[in-house]
Amino acid sequence: MRNLIYILVLFFSISCSEKQDQKQPKPVSRILTPVADTKKMQKIEGGSYKPFVGKETDSLVKVKTFYLDETAVTNAEFLTFLKANPQWTKSRVLRLFADSTYLNHWKGDYEIPEDVSPEAPVTSISWFAAKAYAESVGKRLPTVDEWEYVARADENNKNAAATPEFTQRILQLYQQKLMYKKPVKQSNPNIWGVYDMFGTIWEWTEDFSSVMMSGESRKDNTTNETLFCAGASVTSSDLKNYAAFIRFALRGSVKADYTINNLGFRCARDAEN
Amino acid sequence: MKNSIMLAVVLSATFALNACKQNPSETSQSGNTESIAVKGNAEEAKLTSPPLVPEPIGNRAAKKLIVRLETIEKTGELSDGTQYNFWTFGGTVPGSFIRARVGDEIEFHLKNNENSTFPHNIDLHAVNGPGGGAEATFVAPGKEAVFNFKALNPGLYVYHCATAPVGMHIANGMYGLILIEPEGGLPKVDKEFYIMQGDFYTKGKYGDKGIQEFDMDKAIAEHPEYVVFNGKTGALLGDNELKVKVGENVRFFVGNGGPNLTSSFHIIGEIFDKVYIEGGSKINENVQTTVIPPGGASIVEFKATVPGEYVIVDHAIFRAFNKGALGKIKVVGDDNPKVYKKNN
Repeated sequence: MRNLIYILVLFFSISCSEKQDQKQPKPVSRILTPVADTKKMQKIEGGSYKPFVGKETDSLVKVKTFYLDETAVTNAEFLTFLKANPQWTKSRVLRLFADSTYLNHWKGDYEIPEDVSPEAPVTSISWFAAKAYAESVGKRLPTVDEWEYVARADENNKNAAATPEFTQRILQLYQQKLMYKKPVKQSNPNIWGVYDMFGTIWEWTEDFSSVMMSGESRKDNTTNETLFCAGASVTSSDLKNYAAFIRFALRGSVKADYTINNLGFRCARDAEN
Repeated sequence: MKNSIMLAVVLSATFALNACKQNPSETSQSGNTESIAVKGNAEEAKLTSPPLVPEPIGNRAAKKLIVRLETIEKTGELSDGTQYNFWTFGGTVPGSFIRARVGDEIEFHLKNNENSTFPHNIDLHAVNGPGGGAEATFVAPGKEAVFNFKALNPGLYVYHCATAPVGMHIANGMYGLILIEPEGGLPKVDKEFYIMQGDFYTKGKYGDKGIQEFDMDKAIAEHPEYVVFNGKTGALLGDNELKVKVGENVRFFVGNGGPNLTSSFHIIGEIFDKVYIEGGSKINENVQTTVIPPGGASIVEFKATVPGEYVIVDHAIFRAFNKGALGKIKVVGDDNPKVYKKNN
């Protein structure tokens, strides 16, 4: 049913744009063309962890074993995707799936901006675009739980979240500017072999909006009992985890068509049983 | 935990209600303002950076006012040779000064600069409505949000960012003042200035050079390295000191962004002829030091009678001499030996 609506919307958008603009080239296919992907993935052993917000924070959440890209998807990789899938280029993307700043800094449909490394993470892409890319390479976006589960690790520990220095270091990394222009692998990999979880870009997750954070971060929102309250969250499992507060605030501030300078993604895949 | 917060909320609500009952005249005064009609075309508000304030509203009728404010993250000087990654409203700490009158209908645009790393929003204490506008203005980098409010209560109000972690956004400089003048405007004075105090929590100690990072532990412990006026130690010193003439009536719009410390605002060698207590409508006279809590403000007025340099301090005096809460106002003009004379 959902797919049908999807197709209908696509159909209407295409037919409308045809009527309005005679110069528009022939409508491109909206069907995703598979793309070969050689990116190294790391196996993340499953386990349980204490989520930061949005769930019963007294209980542990299980994360199944999965694979995660060792770095964010790069401009070069995204360019390969665009060449196979011109419907996702900046001139042809449907406004429904990406707002007006989609690939803002790219000069043309297939031109990575000069001051940005081809090996830098692709940014200014919407959730829809990230999801399409992931599907084209036979993967998916990681869930918030998967992402946060990996984000607890430092170079030596799978769970470093309890050490105050860890949070302080992440806050430092978050303060760096314009890191999205630099190649991936800016820092040493964590114990899983995963690079740059912090301080280069924000990353889309499959269910980024499942933990809604309203703009009013100091009180409960009636639509979601597990939200933020009175200066911080009474339901947060770790009031001192400012780094996590920041990530959840960012996730709460975006919509699926948003494109932002420093928001990119990496892909995940289920482990075979 | 949750219950105790609920209890606190209920208690404070009860206090607030009782407070209203005790001041029936003021309640009715602000109650009427909802029906004030706006006249003329919508106008773009002119905002100013500290220590300046926009033109007084004077006698004008209430109108539709468009306010545009941008959240900008930028590195700036916290002290000589010490830099800090400030998060700002309008590029300065404190943020741009907003001036309107009671009855104005304000269309408020909050833009988050495209080079921002973090989402932001704004809670204006001058707003009657959920979160003071915080919910309506939650914006991702590069985006803009708009909301409307009618200014019902005259007074001097703090605005600040309320995005989690709230303390960190405020500690990095995200606060400013909005003045809602009463009908007919505040009484005319000769000079007006905008001053706001804030405490800063740096990794390095006071005076350490280079870029200083925000220190979360010091912020939670409420142990700032810096307590400053207008975002840096020298903001009101040297070339930046405030200047007035003998005989002039001077008005300071003073706010406290905090996030933690309450200010004991004082000018060494001056007495405030008038203090609009807590930035509200009640006026106290002949005040030496006025208390300004974080998230609060005060309007102070004095007549400059004797020439000289006057030091502006937080009278919790170690903050003034060891943490930076120091400014100066210079009064120039003829000596006034009847009021003050030094005998050699």
